[in-house]
Amino acid sequence: MTGMALLLLALVSDEVYAIRGARIVTLAGEPIEKGVVVIRDGRISEVGPDVAVPEGAEVIEAEGLEVYPGIMDAISQLGLTEVGAVPVTNDTVELGDFNPQIRAATAVHPASEHIPVARANGITHAVAAPGSFSDFGGAGGFGIQGQASLVNLDGWTVEEMAISPSVGMVLRWPSLETRTFDFSTFEPKTLKFEEVKKKYDERVQMLGDWIEDARRYDRAAAAGAEPDLKLEALARVVRKELPLLVVADDERDIRAAVEFASARDLRMALLSGRDSWKVKDLLREKGIPVILGPTLALPATEDTPYDKPLTTASELQAAGVRVIFASFSSANSRLLPHEVGNAVAYGLPWEEGLKSITLYPAELFGVADSLGSIEEGKTANLVVTDGDPLEIKTEIRYLFIDGKLVSLENKHRDLYEKYRARP
Amino acid sequence: MIRVTWILLLLVSLHRAASAETVAIRGGTILTGAGETIENGVVLIRDGKIAAVGTNVSVPADAELIDASGQFVMPGIIDAHSHIAAESINEGSVAVSSMTGIEDVLDPTDVDIYRELAGGVTTSNVLHGSANPIGGKNAVIKHRWGKDAKGLLFEGALPGIKFAMGENPKRSRGQGPAARYPETRMGVIDVIRQAFTEARAYQKEWKEYEEKKRGGAKGLSAPRRDLELEPLVEILEGKRLVHAHCYRADEILQLLRVAEEMGFRIATLQHVLEGYKVAKEIREHGAGASTFSDWWAYKIEAYDAIPYNAALMVEKGVLVSINSDSAEEARHLNQEAAKTMKWGGLTEDQALALITINPATQLRIDDRVGSIEVGKDADIAIFDKHPLSVYAVAQKTLVDGEVYFDRGLDLVRRAETEARRKELLERAKGGSR
Repeated sequence: MTGMALLLLALVSDEVYAIRGARIVTLAGEPIEKGVVVIRDGRISEVGPDVAVPEGAEVIEAEGLEVYPGIMDAISQLGLTEVGAVPVTNDTVELGDFNPQIRAATAVHPASEHIPVARANGITHAVAAPGSFSDFGGAGGFGIQGQASLVNLDGWTVEEMAISPSVGMVLRWPSLETRTFDFSTFEPKTLKFEEVKKKYDERVQMLGDWIEDARRYDRAAAAGAEPDLKLEALARVVRKELPLLVVADDERDIRAAVEFASARDLRMALLSGRDSWKVKDLLREKGIPVILGPTLALPATEDTPYDKPLTTASELQAAGVRVIFASFSSANSRLLPHEVGNAVAYGLPWEEGLKSITLYPAELFGVADSLGSIEEGKTANLVVTDGDPLEIKTEIRYLFIDGKLVSLENKHRDLYEKYRARP
Repeated sequence: MIRVTWILLLLVSLHRAASAETVAIRGGTILTGAGETIENGVVLIRDGKIAAVGTNVSVPADAELIDASGQFVMPGIIDAHSHIAAESINEGSVAVSSMTGIEDVLDPTDVDIYRELAGGVTTSNVLHGSANPIGGKNAVIKHRWGKDAKGLLFEGALPGIKFAMGENPKRSRGQGPAARYPETRMGVIDVIRQAFTEARAYQKEWKEYEEKKRGGAKGLSAPRRDLELEPLVEILEGKRLVHAHCYRADEILQLLRVAEEMGFRIATLQHVLEGYKVAKEIREHGAGASTFSDWWAYKIEAYDAIPYNAALMVEKGVLVSINSDSAEEARHLNQEAAKTMKWGGLTEDQALALITINPATQLRIDDRVGSIEVGKDADIAIFDKHPLSVYAVAQKTLVDGEVYFDRGLDLVRRAETEARRKELLERAKGGSR
């Protein structure tokens, strides 16, 4: 590297920013009506109503604007898929049903067009998770699908993006659902309950064996046993270093998964959780958080209230269950704040809604010491808006990731400008 | 107790039916969809039609009152691309399925009709699927939940038909014995050109026959009717609207050109995700554009889809609507419209027009619906907040002046249903009783 480049690099990393005059919604106490946030060395060095702007700082005049913690997509497929219908662009689901050793970060594509698109709506960091989260998973999907990785949505390489390559282990719980969808004929198909139940029992047995194997391996490894990559990875779940992220929707499946994790003393979070409202007391009792998918979804059955997916979050929250929201998507990650806005429209307190995509996922994934709120010493992942970030028409004005002012340009904006200029 | 409440509910609905001739919606902010916002206004409805709108409207003593204080009253939302309330969608075995039609398979019991009422939707353009270059006939319906199939039909709406370009008609039967021509975009356009070449010959045959008949010729036999070609002749004669599924700019252009060559116009380009690239050509052809707000990247022909599409086409002079193509998306078309304010800077009025008067105009039913104006059908949605806000929740939806969705009533009814379900379960568990 030349001397000049080194000098430039030094200048960039030394950049100090001060966001001045904005309303600061810290999520660590009351909002500051008119304050200053100082960003230095990637961190929030000062925040408050009477903070002086350091000399030489790049000042962002933000009177009339609002500052929020960067939005976190707690389960996404960002970087793992580009074009859904083109299989070669998808790195979401590996073959086999026992893959605890694989990590999403390995496949996160830093140049994916989806990343700047998500960013443009205030998403600053996301968990990229392996697995299939489509509603059509039905009776077919099952398995330990790999480790989810937490990444910043900015960086030249995945190494620069990665906050933690491993924050959770994804398990798609086997389903007792007999109704399924056959994509070869494009017809719904009903399987025999006895057959589904037999397979289900086998799979739960298998899961239990894997966990037991991991526990034994953990003890054996300490005594110098040969390494086993799969069990080594799963041992982190057994040691409760990683939460088991269990994808389940049906009430029966959720109850079974909770019982399974509880009996084995595992840390569990429920993902998707369509029927979680039916199980809210159990979830509260066991302290299991729920990462809900989109609120803008159809009710599960014909006679389910039309607004059930919209009220699920508020019902869980009122019952004392920790609610987190995620997109479970890549292309639609940017819609996350709107999905939460809809839950707020149907009863979730606004601040809880905001925390469900900032502080609460940071807590679940063990990074709340550096992310999730605006406090001195935390990583400067921030969004500056012209209003409520959950509201559709609100615009993102500035975005900071890891203390850097990040461009809001993206493929969509580029195409807009290009064709807008067409004579 | 349960029975008593049900009887009360029944009485309430009977009462509503009996006095439904005159209804007054009072106290709300009326977004007329005709360029006006009226604070604390009244919409007076008589016999299902809007009789008066404004602040100085005298309300007859016997009118049923709907209190909309603090709420927002807007025209019922119109979805220009829907697949609800139909038993089947795609007749994919043939490349031209114009002999089929949604009207034959309408399902008035589809709960999506109600769920969409709960999002303020009052009219839907129920379309055949996109498996064929020339697909089946559509059915424009009103969300008259509880009526039979015939009762759903939007009477007098100009009939339409589905066309489709690109990946769907190309790949719809895959490889192997089920494979079907066309496999390429070349073949798609060829199918359309072939079909209209035949349709024009068929039209000519009939015209000659009619002329000879008028001239008093004896011993004529009528040409044999062709149910596949008849709808195409209707298109040529401007009696049937073409709603064409398309994504890529090049295929949009090819479609416009083959239509011009064959002597007809495309009424609406559906999805039209790259419409922003050829907005000029779309405007010149005179086609409307009906698009999603922001879906992208699910297939390669959707990779250049941008959330600015609707706003940019509006800016370039195209008549644009936002549609759902989904029983779920249709429940929040107001929010989808709001996105055009963020991505492309449309005004509130422009955004609302995308789901009201614009789709009405595209479907040629704008003399009946799409705005709150005297003489139009009383198809109205009432939200508790401004409908372009993410926090707005639909409270009541009226079709022809009749309340088909009432959130308050829904909450009462679901509690009753739940109680009844519990009771039945108890009985089932308890054995004989």
